[in-house]
Amino acid sequence: MAILVIAEHENGALAGATLNTVAAAQKIGGDIHVLVAGQSVDSVAEAAAKVAGVAKVLKADNAAYAHLLPENVAPLVVELASGYSHVLAPATTNGKNYLPRVAALLDVDQISEIIAVEAPDTFKRPIYAGNAIATVKSNAAVKVISVRTTGFDPVAAEGGSATVEAVAAAHDAGLSSFVGEELAKSDRPELAGAKIVVSGGRGMQNGDNFKHLYALADKLGAAVGASRAAVDAGFVPNDMQVGQTGKIVAPQLYIAVGISGAIQHLAGMRDSKVIVAINKDEEAPIFQVADYGLVADLFEAVPELEKLV
Amino acid sequence: MKVLVAVKRVVDYNVKVRVKADNSGVDLANVKMSMNPFCEIAVEEAVRLKEKGLASEVIAVSVGPTAAQEQLRTALALGADRAILVECGEDLSSLAIAKALKAVVDKEQPQLVILGKQAIDSDNNQTGQMLAALTGYAQGTFASKVELAGDTANVTREIDGGLQTVALKLPAIVTTDLRLNEPRYATLPNIMKAKKKPLEVLTPADLGVSTASTYSTVKVEAPAARNAGVKVASVAELVDKLKNEAKVI
Repeated sequence: MAILVIAEHENGALAGATLNTVAAAQKIGGDIHVLVAGQSVDSVAEAAAKVAGVAKVLKADNAAYAHLLPENVAPLVVELASGYSHVLAPATTNGKNYLPRVAALLDVDQISEIIAVEAPDTFKRPIYAGNAIATVKSNAAVKVISVRTTGFDPVAAEGGSATVEAVAAAHDAGLSSFVGEELAKSDRPELAGAKIVVSGGRGMQNGDNFKHLYALADKLGAAVGASRAAVDAGFVPNDMQVGQTGKIVAPQLYIAVGISGAIQHLAGMRDSKVIVAINKDEEAPIFQVADYGLVADLFEAVPELEKLV
Repeated sequence: MKVLVAVKRVVDYNVKVRVKADNSGVDLANVKMSMNPFCEIAVEEAVRLKEKGLASEVIAVSVGPTAAQEQLRTALALGADRAILVECGEDLSSLAIAKALKAVVDKEQPQLVILGKQAIDSDNNQTGQMLAALTGYAQGTFASKVELAGDTANVTREIDGGLQTVALKLPAIVTTDLRLNEPRYATLPNIMKAKKKPLEVLTPADLGVSTASTYSTVKVEAPAARNAGVKVASVAELVDKLKNEAKVI
């Protein structure tokens, strides 16, 4: 049996999360087909066909699938799913939105946010904000799985030569429509895929002080994140939140500035390769997970760090 | 219009859970239990709709153990009019819970169902979307703003790159994100009043729904511990370590 991976894409480009999801599919084993659903997605389908290890690309190009509205995308996936042993999607806000709808229509449980494949039917996933790791076994006829992208190293974006097949099915449920989008504009790398992340917490005191982190991040080529405390306090927008209910990141280097290290925050960054904590409170729990801890006033330490790197 | 709001009894968010020695699960004996934080936001949103005159009745529903009556009483103290407990074992899958909720939706015919986007125990983030699938309703997940206009709900959603707004035909399912509202605290007089509000107890069998699931938990383990790190004395030492020891910059 083959595995169907649902592609993540934006602005006509295949998103990196797709490559991590294909990597998870390779661990399961079997022919890998990628579904590209959306409107005007020729370039995405071409990019997906080049991904290493992909055997076939299914292109569902229809206005109904623009913005991956779940009411329309779910019936499409359900129609295709019967030919597959597994349906995988990245645990992005898109994947989290449409995939449970697919699972329920197929009358199977979904296995959310897997971080490891133990066997084709057995997976590891974090529960309780990552304070426990569950091994779960699925006996569903079609296994519907969302993939935590930080759990799998991406496959190469080049090297494949899959065929592209158009899917004619047009499902427009007529239940929902796209009104608009306000996307944060930034020249910095995206949080989820950045090699270095600099994050600020309540210790930043206000939104304006994040300029110190932006300056450091620009020097390092890093993305900027925040703890839930900083988001709740209104310092920065929610799309910067790293944690159990925000973004899950696992960069090479994570620099936590003025972050105490609440359970919810650690859940979002504990798999980073190297963690640095800068906090004036030496008892802060963040130091228990930090590889390098610096007890210092962040308003002195961060500008100094910016000069030295 | 009627608004149905789902609540889940979970371990309190301040509790650091421990894995049981036999790896069968996490130890919940003598641990503080609370309403899932996202469900509190859902209750608050429903109550605000009623206060604005947009909702006629707010019904809180939970699918869980007998003790989940506590969380339903909390929802009543926060302003829900009545409550329904679908009583069953604690470890139902999201799909089974969605099926039970679907049966309640069929019975109550709400125009809007509000749920938390995820429970902080299983971290599944599935139930609302599954309920939307089973009812055939539109879904507005991870909502940071909900506006009702006639037979439409305009829902602003927290997405990876920012915010997205969708228009949903009612009846619809909404799941809450953190910034939708700030839940109130229950006052003592309201806690007392809540004790007299109706709370109906049903079973999945009463509703004719199956609680079977297509997966099983093999084991639950503690995550790999991170090795204790070192404290550095200065920024210069930190930069030296990052360059020469960790080699990450």
